[in-house]
Amino acid sequence: MRFYESEAKQLLEKHGIGVPPRVVAKTPSEAEKAASELGGSVVLKAQVLFPGSDKAATTKTADNPAGAKAAAEELLGRKFGGHAARAVLVEKKLASAKVFCVRATYDGIAKKPALIASDLGGTDLDDLADEQPDHVKRRHLSALLPPSTYRSKELAKDLGLTGSALNRMTGVVHRLAGILLDYDLTVVEVNSLAMTEDGKLIALDCHMDMEIEGRARQGKILAELGVDESEARLPREPTEFDLAGAKIDHDDPRGVAGPIVEFGGNIGLVIGAGGGSLTTFDAVKKRGGDPANYAAIGGNPSVKKCQALTKLVLGKEGVEKIAVISNVVSNTRADLLARGVIKGVIELGLEPSEVITIFRAPGAWEADAFKILKKYGVEFCDRSVSISEAAKRAVEKIGR
Amino acid sequence: MAMFIRVDVDAGVVKKTAGLAKKLIEICPVKIFGPGADADSVEVVEDNVDECTLCDLCTKASPDGVKVVKLYEE
Amino acid sequence: MSVLVHADFTFIVQGITGREALNFTRECLEYGSKIVGGVTPGKGGRDVYGVPVYDTVREITQSKKVDGSVITVPLAFAPDAAFEAIDAGIKNIVIITEGIPRRDAAQIVEYADLHEVRVIGPNCLGIIVPDVCRFGSLGGPAVDCRKAFKPGCVGVMSRSGGMTTEICNALTASGLGVSTAISVGGDPVIGSTYSDLMPLFEKDEDTKAVVIYSEPGGASEAQLALWAKENNSRLPIVAFVAGRFMDDMPGMSFGHAGTVVERKVDSPADKIKRMRAAGITVAEEIGDIPGLVKERIGA
Ligand code: SF4
Repeated sequence: MRFYESEAKQLLEKHGIGVPPRVVAKTPSEAEKAASELGGSVVLKAQVLFPGSDKAATTKTADNPAGAKAAAEELLGRKFGGHAARAVLVEKKLASAKVFCVRATYDGIAKKPALIASDLGGTDLDDLADEQPDHVKRRHLSALLPPSTYRSKELAKDLGLTGSALNRMTGVVHRLAGILLDYDLTVVEVNSLAMTEDGKLIALDCHMDMEIEGRARQGKILAELGVDESEARLPREPTEFDLAGAKIDHDDPRGVAGPIVEFGGNIGLVIGAGGGSLTTFDAVKKRGGDPANYAAIGGNPSVKKCQALTKLVLGKEGVEKIAVISNVVSNTRADLLARGVIKGVIELGLEPSEVITIFRAPGAWEADAFKILKKYGVEFCDRSVSISEAAKRAVEKIGR
Repeated sequence: MAMFIRVDVDAGVVKKTAGLAKKLIEICPVKIFGPGADADSVEVVEDNVDECTLCDLCTKASPDGVKVVKLYEE
Repeated sequence: MSVLVHADFTFIVQGITGREALNFTRECLEYGSKIVGGVTPGKGGRDVYGVPVYDTVREITQSKKVDGSVITVPLAFAPDAAFEAIDAGIKNIVIITEGIPRRDAAQIVEYADLHEVRVIGPNCLGIIVPDVCRFGSLGGPAVDCRKAFKPGCVGVMSRSGGMTTEICNALTASGLGVSTAISVGGDPVIGSTYSDLMPLFEKDEDTKAVVIYSEPGGASEAQLALWAKENNSRLPIVAFVAGRFMDDMPGMSFGHAGTVVERKVDSPADKIKRMRAAGITVAEEIGDIPGLVKERIGA
């Protein structure tokens, strides 16, 4: 769950990390007013969560209030990676003597929180690690103990700092570590941590993401930052179809349905959850199929849940047929899935043998599933037919 | 309407067997048996019948009183 | 021989009275696994398919040899359950519970490391050595499980529980069979990664090749590539990378919590490139895996 830079900086400030004087402007005239209050040159940043390849275009500078107004007009008038900006962050432009980069995140290999820093701030840290590894320094933290300050100090030392600069850097890194752990973040990164002429450290930017799994216990800070519970904060806002899928999952806790995501194609997919869904989706695309959705099911869903999901997928505009494909199932029952899918189809007044192109979910209770499918004339296959072969048959029946 | 499963209950057997009604209501993992008109009877919850997991718990509890029929085998 | 578990391996189930735990407890018993107890606080004294239920782990470890524990408690209780098992001296833990925040997972793994305890998962289905021992919920009902997993020479590691079965099924159908299969878990922080487990397969005489199933997200494939380069292993590795479509959808998560493309190293394309460069064979289809393994081991 992504934070806007304006929110991320609010959190940094709350924890005593220096940030530039700034104002969040919703309109060009607010930006103009902000610029005159801040004085001097300003940096304007479109507040967009997922700008994609338009990232560079989200930032503009202006030397005076009129320039700020014009820049804000531009930033608020266009889209970045398909998203309009929700506001413009107007910041005082600061002179810096040197720029560092600090990231706090988790390292899945060491299985520990990690601090990564470079004295070459302002560039992509992962590229730096590949190209100039000498300039990237790391320290791991304990997840059990409160973060030790000395690790931040060692990192600051590795960056070549001494004297009061070392102590200031230690403080900033240590605070970032605390923020990562306390707020269940997946990452907090200040890519441009500027050291001003007078030796102060100021976070010029901030990238911050909260783990979805941790969101439930972070209600307090989310409320403080004004993040509404309904905000998904994902690269793509959920569509009505996605929300209907989430509701089906929520209303009946037996088994899981999800994620349920809408795409533009014509093949409705009801697919086995987890890795099976990834494999199936790839296989359908590889055969030239154009999926209308991604609807993963697993954890032994109830018949009603499979039924509701089938209706959702097949009820979508432009979808005439569905494919039911899963990896060999262990705890999800093939017979219950068959019952649900067939019920859903019949409730829509359609013929299972016509609209279900293929049913491939071998495994638990397959013998009963096969009897059901046979009775309704649905094409099915057992474990001797691979996921990709099943995908191929489905695509052939539906047409590309 | 259930399409795949039918659950037949012999009301007489259930009435005669002490505690059976209560047991059936408790035992079914998908709530196919609901309380009947009185304490010694059950009602089949039609809306849940297709959820039957074929776990046999009900038929084991009363081989004479309950039959679970797979309609797709007929 | 086998990896981590063996014929006399004994284990307990924490959270044994839950819906899914009841299922897999019965399945494991039918498969021949030795489950010596279960734990659900407040339900001590009952039994589940003949397995005695206790309130605490120590009640079991005080009187019985316990080699492992399968944890399948609600996620808020998962760290505590793991700490309890570790403090009771259990050395192998499988965590099935899904949705544990990474901070909690990192705490569990760190505590386990301090006590030299092996953790598989979270968000996994466990380990199986075909016809010898099943430690967790891989494979479903015993009859189905026997269809998909036959003893053989290929070690399997997978970030997806379901795909562990799918791949093992393909290996079984091809006649190669499976030596030990491990569902390592789909979360961003897991107790044992591919490269952590490779040395164990390396030592196992029954294993002649290793197959891995991987997904977008995380650096464990890059790490495996590095391991393969540095260790001159006797074991050829064949990898399958699912979720290639996700390269076009940065930031979105599908399948598992750890499955997201944010950085270069997360992307299937990058993983495939690194693994190929390290001599790992990358399969285009699940169905190609057995053939590629046979090629690599000269069978
Ligand atoms: S077989 Fe099981 S699920 Fe079906 S009605 Fe009987 S108790 Fe309920």
